[in-house]
Amino acid sequence: MTARRLFPIALVASLGVALLFLTLPLLAIFLESSPAELLASLDEPGALDALGLSLKTTGVALAVIVALGTPAAWLLATRRFRGHALAVTLVELPLVVPPAVAGIGLLAAVGPQGLLGPALEEAGLELVFQTTGVVVALIFVASPFYVRQAQATFAALDPELLAASRTLGASEARTFARVAVPNALPGLVAGGALAWGRALGEFGATLVFAGSLRGVTQTAPLAIYERFSSDFTAALALSAVLVAASGAILLGVKLAMGPGALGGAGARG
Amino acid sequence: MLALEADTALGELRLQLALDVADGECLAIAGPSGAGKTSVLRVVAGLLRPDQGRVRCGEETWLDTESGYSLAPDRRRLGYLFQSYALFPHLCSWRNVAYGMQDTPRAQRRARAVEMLERFGMAAHAYSRPATLSGGERQRVALARALARDPRALLLDEPLSALDARTRAHAGRRLGEVLRDSAVPTIMVTHDFEEAALLADRVAVMDSGRVVQTGTAAALAAAPASSFVADLTGAVVLHGSARKLGSGLTEVQLDGGGSLRSTHPGSGRVAATAHPWEITLEPPGSGAGGSAQNRLPATVATVTPVGNRVRVALRVPQPVTAELTASAVESLHLEPGTEVVAVFKATAIRIVAF
Repeated sequence: MTARRLFPIALVASLGVALLFLTLPLLAIFLESSPAELLASLDEPGALDALGLSLKTTGVALAVIVALGTPAAWLLATRRFRGHALAVTLVELPLVVPPAVAGIGLLAAVGPQGLLGPALEEAGLELVFQTTGVVVALIFVASPFYVRQAQATFAALDPELLAASRTLGASEARTFARVAVPNALPGLVAGGALAWGRALGEFGATLVFAGSLRGVTQTAPLAIYERFSSDFTAALALSAVLVAASGAILLGVKLAMGPGALGGAGARG
Repeated sequence: MLALEADTALGELRLQLALDVADGECLAIAGPSGAGKTSVLRVVAGLLRPDQGRVRCGEETWLDTESGYSLAPDRRRLGYLFQSYALFPHLCSWRNVAYGMQDTPRAQRRARAVEMLERFGMAAHAYSRPATLSGGERQRVALARALARDPRALLLDEPLSALDARTRAHAGRRLGEVLRDSAVPTIMVTHDFEEAALLADRVAVMDSGRVVQTGTAAALAAAPASSFVADLTGAVVLHGSARKLGSGLTEVQLDGGGSLRSTHPGSGRVAATAHPWEITLEPPGSGAGGSAQNRLPATVATVTPVGNRVRVALRVPQPVTAELTASAVESLHLEPGTEVVAVFKATAIRIVAF
C-alpha cells in the first residue's frame, strides 16, 4: 500500500480513536447507573442543592465575565498600545495556572490574611466559605476563555463595516453596540459557552479558596468528589445529571445560534 | 468647497497632495492600485489621520494637524460609498439606509428610508438583507444609505468596479444622474480612466502617493504630461528615443524595432502616444501612397469586440491597440496571427517624457 493511500486511513483512524477515547468515559457514567438509582440519588439531601448552586454561581460568573470581558476584548482587538502584548498575556495567564494555585493566589490576594483582606473586611465583603467566593473563583478561571474568543472575533470583523458605521454618524460606543456586537454574536456566544463549561467543571480553585460547605460553596463537582469516597453510585448519578445538564445547555445554544456557532475560533465572514 | 492637504507616510508609500473640489463638482482620483487613492478618502472621512494635513469642508474645519484638531469621523457630515459597499449584514435594506438618520425622528425613519430606496428603484427590497441582494442592488442600497444623511461631501470608492459589465453601464448612468443633481463636492476614486471620464468633471491622476496631473478627462487624454498618464487614459504608449529631423519633425526609434515620425517636439528617452482610434490598419504590401508617414508592420494578437467597435491588439513588436469598425475587421480578415501594417498620422502622435 502506498503512503498516498495510507494517509487518509491514518486520518480516519486517529479521529476514531479520539472519539472513542473522549466519549467512552461519559458514556460509561450513564451505563453504570440505572435510571432508578439516578432518581434515588437525586432525592438525597444536598444533591439538588449542589446542582442548583452550580447553575446559580456559573450563571452569575458568566454574566460578570460577559459584562466586563466584552468591552475589554473590544479594546484589545481594536487598539494597539504600549503593553498590548503584555495585557493579552496577562489575560491568558489563568489558562496555564493550575486550579489549586489559582485558589491559593486568590486566598493570598483577597483572603482574610491576603493583600486586600483588611480592605474587603472593612467593606463588609466576605469571600472565603461564601457563595460570593465561589463566583470569584469561577470568574478567575473561566474569563480567559471568553475574552480570548471575543477578542479574536472582534479582530476578525470586517473593518469596513466599523468604518461605515462611523461615517454614518455613529460614535464608537454606538458602533460597538449596533454593529460590532451583533455581527460578532456567534463568536461571543461560542466564547460564553466555553467559559461557562469551564466554570461548571471548576473544582480546584473553588475548593482551595471557598471550601466545600454544603448549600453554600459546595458546587456539583465538589459534591461529586465528596460522595466519591463514600458512595460511588451516588457520585456516578450526580455526574450523570451534570453531564446531561451541560450537554443540554450546550446543545440548546448550538441550536439557537445555528450551524457554526460553537465552531471554535473566529467569526462569521 | 472641500479642500484637502495631506503629507503622511503610509508604509512604504508617502502620500503627499493637495486637492480642492468645488460645490457640485466631481473630482475623480484615477491611478493604479497601491497609488494611495483610497487613503485620500480615508483622510477626508477622518478614518486615517495624516502626519500633517488640513481638511476643510465649506465653513467647517475637519482636520488641522498644526493645531492638533481633528473632528471625529461620525461628526464629519459626509456620504461614503465603500468599495465593497460595507452594508451591515445583520440589517435589512431600509434599516441600513436609516442607520445614519439619527437627526430624523424615529417614527419617520422607515418612511424616509423607503423613500430613499424608491429613488434607486429598491423600495421592493426594503426588507431584504444584503446577502440576498445582487451586486448591483447592494450598490444601490449603499448609495441610498450614503445620501440619506444629506451629506456635505460625497466620497465614492470605486463605485462601479465591483459590478459586472452589464450592470455597470446602467449603474454608471444612474450615478451620473445623482452627481448631476448633487450640490456638494464629490471625490471619486477609480482605477478606470473611462469611468472617471464618464462621471467626473475633473480628473486627478495619482501615482505613488502624488497627483501627477489634473485636468478634464479630455485635456488629459489630449495632452498627457507623462507616459504614465497617457497609459492610464488608454492611449497607445510606445517607448523609444527621439531625435530632431531637419524637416521640423521628430523621429522616434522604437525599442524593439521600427520608427515613427511626429510633428511634436521631443528628444532623448520618450514615449510616443496616440489614441487607438487614430490608428488604421492595412493589408501588408499595400502601396505606400497616402499622406501618412508612419507605417509599421504588425502582427494581430487578439480581436475583441467592444460595443459597436472592435479592439485589435497588435505587436509592432511593442504592444499597440487599434480600434476599428466591425466591417473593417471583416474586410481585412483580421484574426490572431494576421500580418498587417499599422498606419499612424504624424500629427496624431504626441511625444511625452517618461
